Amino acid sequence: MAVITYRDALNQAIREEMRLDPSVFLMGEEVGVYQGAYKVSRGLLDEFGPMRVVDTPITELGFAGVGVGAAMVGLRPIVEFMTWNFALLAIDQVVNTAAKMRYMSGGQISVPAVFRGPGGSALQLAAQHSQAFESWYAHIPGLKVVMPATPADAKGLLKSAIRDEDPVVFIEGEMLYNTKGEVPEGEYLTPIGVADVKRAGTDVTLICHSKTVSVALKAAEQLAADGIDAEVVDLRTIRPLDHETVLASVSKTHRAVVVEEGWSFAGVGAQVVDVIQREIFDELDSPVLRVTGADVPMPYNKHLEKASKADPPKVIAAVKRVMYLES
Amino acid sequence: MATTVVMEALSPTMEEGRLVEWKKQPGDAVAVGDILAEVETDKAVMELVARAAGTLLKHAVAAGTTVPVGQALAYVGAAGEVVEGGPAAQTTPAAQGAQAAANGREKAPPTPVAAAAAPPAGGRLKASPLARKIAADRGLDLQAVTGTGPEGRIVLRDVETAGARQPTAGGRQATTTAPAPSRPQVVTPALTVAPGAAFTDVPLTQIRKTISKRLAQSIGPIPTFYLTAEADMTRAAEAREGLNALGEGKVSFNDIVIKATALALRQHPACNAWWQEDRIRYWADVHVAMAVAVEDGLITPIIRHADRKTLREIGAEAKDLALRARERKLMPEEYTGGTFSVSNLGMFDIDEFTAIINPPEAGILAVGRIADQAVAHEGQLAIRKRLRLTMSCDHRVIDGATGAQFLRTLVRMLENPLGMVW
Amino acid sequence: MTAKADRKRGSPAAAGAAAPNPTSDLNADTQRSWLRQMLLIRRFEEKAGEAYSLGKIGGFCHLYIGQEAVAVGTLAAMRGDDYITASYREHGHALARGMSARAAMAELFGKAAGCSHGKGGSMHLIDASLGFLGGHGIVGGHIPLTTGMAFAIKYREEDRVAVCYFGEAAVNNGAFHEALNMAALWKLPAIYICENNRYGMGTALERASAIYDISERALSYDMDREVVDGQDVLVVYQAMQRAVKRARENKHPTLLEIRTYRFMGHSMSDPIHGHYRTREEVEEHRKRDPILVWSEKLKADGIIDERGIKSLDADVISEVEDAYRFADAAADPEPGELWTDVYASGGTA
Repeated sequence: MAVITYRDALNQAIREEMRLDPSVFLMGEEVGVYQGAYKVSRGLLDEFGPMRVVDTPITELGFAGVGVGAAMVGLRPIVEFMTWNFALLAIDQVVNTAAKMRYMSGGQISVPAVFRGPGGSALQLAAQHSQAFESWYAHIPGLKVVMPATPADAKGLLKSAIRDEDPVVFIEGEMLYNTKGEVPEGEYLTPIGVADVKRAGTDVTLICHSKTVSVALKAAEQLAADGIDAEVVDLRTIRPLDHETVLASVSKTHRAVVVEEGWSFAGVGAQVVDVIQREIFDELDSPVLRVTGADVPMPYNKHLEKASKADPPKVIAAVKRVMYLES
Repeated sequence: MATTVVMEALSPTMEEGRLVEWKKQPGDAVAVGDILAEVETDKAVMELVARAAGTLLKHAVAAGTTVPVGQALAYVGAAGEVVEGGPAAQTTPAAQGAQAAANGREKAPPTPVAAAAAPPAGGRLKASPLARKIAADRGLDLQAVTGTGPEGRIVLRDVETAGARQPTAGGRQATTTAPAPSRPQVVTPALTVAPGAAFTDVPLTQIRKTISKRLAQSIGPIPTFYLTAEADMTRAAEAREGLNALGEGKVSFNDIVIKATALALRQHPACNAWWQEDRIRYWADVHVAMAVAVEDGLITPIIRHADRKTLREIGAEAKDLALRARERKLMPEEYTGGTFSVSNLGMFDIDEFTAIINPPEAGILAVGRIADQAVAHEGQLAIRKRLRLTMSCDHRVIDGATGAQFLRTLVRMLENPLGMVW
Repeated sequence: MTAKADRKRGSPAAAGAAAPNPTSDLNADTQRSWLRQMLLIRRFEEKAGEAYSLGKIGGFCHLYIGQEAVAVGTLAAMRGDDYITASYREHGHALARGMSARAAMAELFGKAAGCSHGKGGSMHLIDASLGFLGGHGIVGGHIPLTTGMAFAIKYREEDRVAVCYFGEAAVNNGAFHEALNMAALWKLPAIYICENNRYGMGTALERASAIYDISERALSYDMDREVVDGQDVLVVYQAMQRAVKRARENKHPTLLEIRTYRFMGHSMSDPIHGHYRTREEVEEHRKRDPILVWSEKLKADGIIDERGIKSLDADVISEVEDAYRFADAAADPEPGELWTDVYASGGTA
C-alpha cells in the first residue's frame, strides 16, 4: 500500500470522485491556478478545467451560497474554505440554508455539498486563525461533521462525504497535511458516523478526534511505560456521533478522558461526556475528564500558544486523576 | 499483662458478630496478624486477626456464639499467665486496622486514612457508579468498604479488595473488574426438608438480618422488587388446543401458568417460602394461591399440591374454587396456607402489571394477557403469542438472582409445555 | 432601456411605464389570465390575513398585497423549467408559478397537505417540481443561491434561467454584492429582481441606501439593469422578457429594479401605516393598485367588461374559500414527522 501524505490522500479522494461523477466540482479561493492554498487541489485544474475547479473571489458567504444553490439543483459541490476561520462569514449559508433545506421543504430538496478546509490552530497564527469550530457545526441538525486524523481516513471519509446526500462539514488539520500513512489506492470508503479504535487498551479510554488523536496516542505510549493500558478512540465523525464505539470502550475501561483542540464550553467533549453519563452511568468508576484548549483567544507568543494546547502531559495528568493515581 | 481480644466491629454497621470457628486454641503461640477466629458479620464471614503477640491463654466464648461488639472473646499473654474472666486492662478495638491490613492491591495508597473508612458523620456515602453497581451485584454492603478515592469515595479497586477479602454469604469471590457474570450461581441455603416434616425453619443469618432490616426500612414493611420476563406461548396454545379438543374438561391458560409455576417452585424451593420475622420458612409442599376477583375485593383460594396435579385436575379445581369464591362459599382452609400466589389480569387485556405480595408468602406472579406480537423467532420475524410475567419478590427472602432463576425455569416450562405433561 | 445603453451614472427613468404597451403578441385569454392571477393572489392574501387574525396561521406572515403585478408579470415571461427563489414575502410568487391555493394555504396552516408538509410555513413555500425553491427567511441569504443555480445551469450547458426575488433592503446586504459580482464575473444566466416597495420593514429606502436608484448597483458589476414600473403587469412582463432573453441566449445576468408598493404592513404583526409612512401616502399608492390598472386597460381594450371582472373575482373567491376550508380541515403532520427529513436517511444524527 502506498504511503502518502494526508494532503495527497485528500487530493486523491477529490480526483477520484470527480472522475467518477461529472456533477462533482471543486470551488474556493485559490483552488485552481494557484493549486490550492495548502496544495490539496494540486493538479486538479489541469485535469478538469476551470468549470469544475472554480477559483472564486474572496467572498466566503457568496461562494458558499453558490455551492449550496448548485447543490439544491443537483450538482455536488466541494466548497473549500481556505480555513474554517474564514468560513464564519459563510455560516449563514451552511446553517440557515444547507442544513435546513431538506427539513423546511418537507423532504423535497437535498443539499449534497461538502464544505472542507483546515480547522483549528497551526503554529503562531494568533487569535483569528487558530480556532476549532467543530462543535458549532455539530450543534446543527441537518449537518454532518467529519474530522479525519489519518491519511487513510482522510481519503475514505472525503470520498464518503462527497457521495453523501446531506451537507457535510469536513474539517481537516493544517498540521496534518504533511503527515504520512498508508492509504489504499482506488475505491476506498470510510463510513461516516463510525469511530475507530486507534489503540486498544483496558484501563482508560481516551476519546479524541483530528489532531488530538496523535496527542492521545503519544500519551498512551507514555502511560504504557507506567503500566497503564489506554484505549484510544478516534471519533472521526463528530456528528452523527458513534455512541456505540465510545460506550463499548468506556464500559470496558470504566474511565474516560476526552481530548479536543477546541474550547471547553459546550465543546464536543461535553457532548461525549453527556452520552457516557447518560447511557452507562453505572459503568463509571470516576467522573469523565476533559482536556481541551485553554479558554482564551489564541495568543501569538509560542510559549503561551503551547501552554494553551491539549498535549500529552495534560492527558496523562487527567488519566491519573480518573484512575485515582494522583499523589 | 494479658491482652483481651474483643469482638471487633468489622463493618460500620455491625453491632454483633457470630464466632464461627476458633483458629487458635488455648496454648497456641500467637503472632501479630495471625488469624484467631472466623467471625460472621452482618455482611460476611471475616477473619479476626491478632493485635498482640504471645500465647492464647483462654477462649472467653465458644464457637457458634453471637457476641456484641466490644465483648471479650479471648486473652493473649505470656505463657502460663493467669487471666481473670473479667475485662482486661488493654483492649484492641480497631476495625479500621483490620481492613487496612487486608488491603493488598498494589497501587492502593499504603495507608488509607482511617476517617475515610466510614462515611462522614451525617454525610452520605460516596461511591462511584461502577462501585455501587458491583457491590449490588455481589451483595457487598458499601458501608463496610473503605473508600480510597477523593473524599473517601469508594471506587472500583475498593470493592475489588473488599470483595476478595470478604466472601459473600454464598462464598463467591469477587475477583475481577468485569461486570458480574451473566449466569451467576444461585446462592441458596441447604433446603432439605426432613422426610415427613412439613417444613424446615432456617434461622436468619447475620446477612439476612441486615438485608431484611435495611430493605424494609427502604421500601416499607415488605421490601419488594420486581422481575419481568416474557414467555412465548405459541406452543402452550397449541397444547391447550389439543387438550381441549379431547373434550375432557377445559384447560385455561391460567391453569397452565399455575401448573408451570408449581413445577418451577418445586425446582426452586427458595421461592416457595414464608417470611416469619426471625426466620424464613421453606415449605416442602407447593400450594399455589390464585387471586380471584370477587364483588368487593379479591380472595386467593389455594390449589394444593399444584405441582402434582394434572392440568385437567387443576382446571377443574380452579373453576370450582373461583365459582365458590364468587359465591362466598369457601371454607377458611381453602384460601389460607398458600406458599406462592398467581394473579392473572390477562382476561382484562392487561399487558403486564405488578402484584402485591400476599404475606407471609414471599412471592407472587402477575400474569398479563397473551398477545400476538412480531418477534424474532429462530432468526426470523414471526407472529408469536407472547405473555408477560412479572414476579414480585420479598427481598428479605428472595434475592434477585434467586427470583430470576425461578422465573427462567418458569418461562422454559411455559415454552415447552410437554415438559409439564410428563 | 437596458443598462448596456446606460452605463453612465444617471437617472434611469422608469422608461417602461411611459412607453407604449404593444400587446399584439398577447392573446385575450392570456391577458385575462393575468388579471385572474392577480385577483387570486389578492384574495388569497386577504384570506390569509383573516386566518392569521383568527389564529389559524402562526408565526410571521408577510402579505403581498399591492405587489401582485411583479410576480404575475415576471413569471409570465419565464419557462416552466426555470429556477425560482424568493424571500419570505413569497405567497404571490408561489401562486403565480402554479402552486395550488390549497397547497399554499395548507402550508400557511401548517398542515401535512401543505406544499412543504407543514414544516416550512408562510416563509418557506417550496415546490421543487415547479422549480420553486423557496421561500427563504434570511434577508439577502438566498441571492447567492440563485447565483449557484445559474452556475449549475451553465455547468450543465442548459438554457434555463435562475431568478431571484428580494426586496430593496436586501441590496445593502453583503450577500447581494457577492452574488451579483460572481454572476457577472462568470456570465451566468441569472435575473435578480429587486421588488422595491420603498420600505425595508419600517425603514424607507433613502434612510438605508446611499443611492436612490437601486439599479445603479448593477454598475459595480457591469451588469445589465432596468428600472420597471411594477404596478403595470404588462410593463413588468416586457422587461422580464428582455431579461430572460439576455440570460437564456447570452448568459448575461440582469438586475431588474421593479418599483412597487406594499399596501399592508411589513408582516401581519405590523400596522399598515405605522410611524414610518402616512395614511395619505398609502392611499395615494392605492390609486395605482395593479389590479385596478390592469382592469382598466383590459376594459379600455375591450378584452373584458365589468361583469367579466366580477365573474373572475367570484371565481377566485370561491377558489380561495375552497383552499381555506381545505386547509382548515386538513390533518396536522403525524407526530413522527418531527423527526423526518433532517437527513437523507430520514432519521436524525
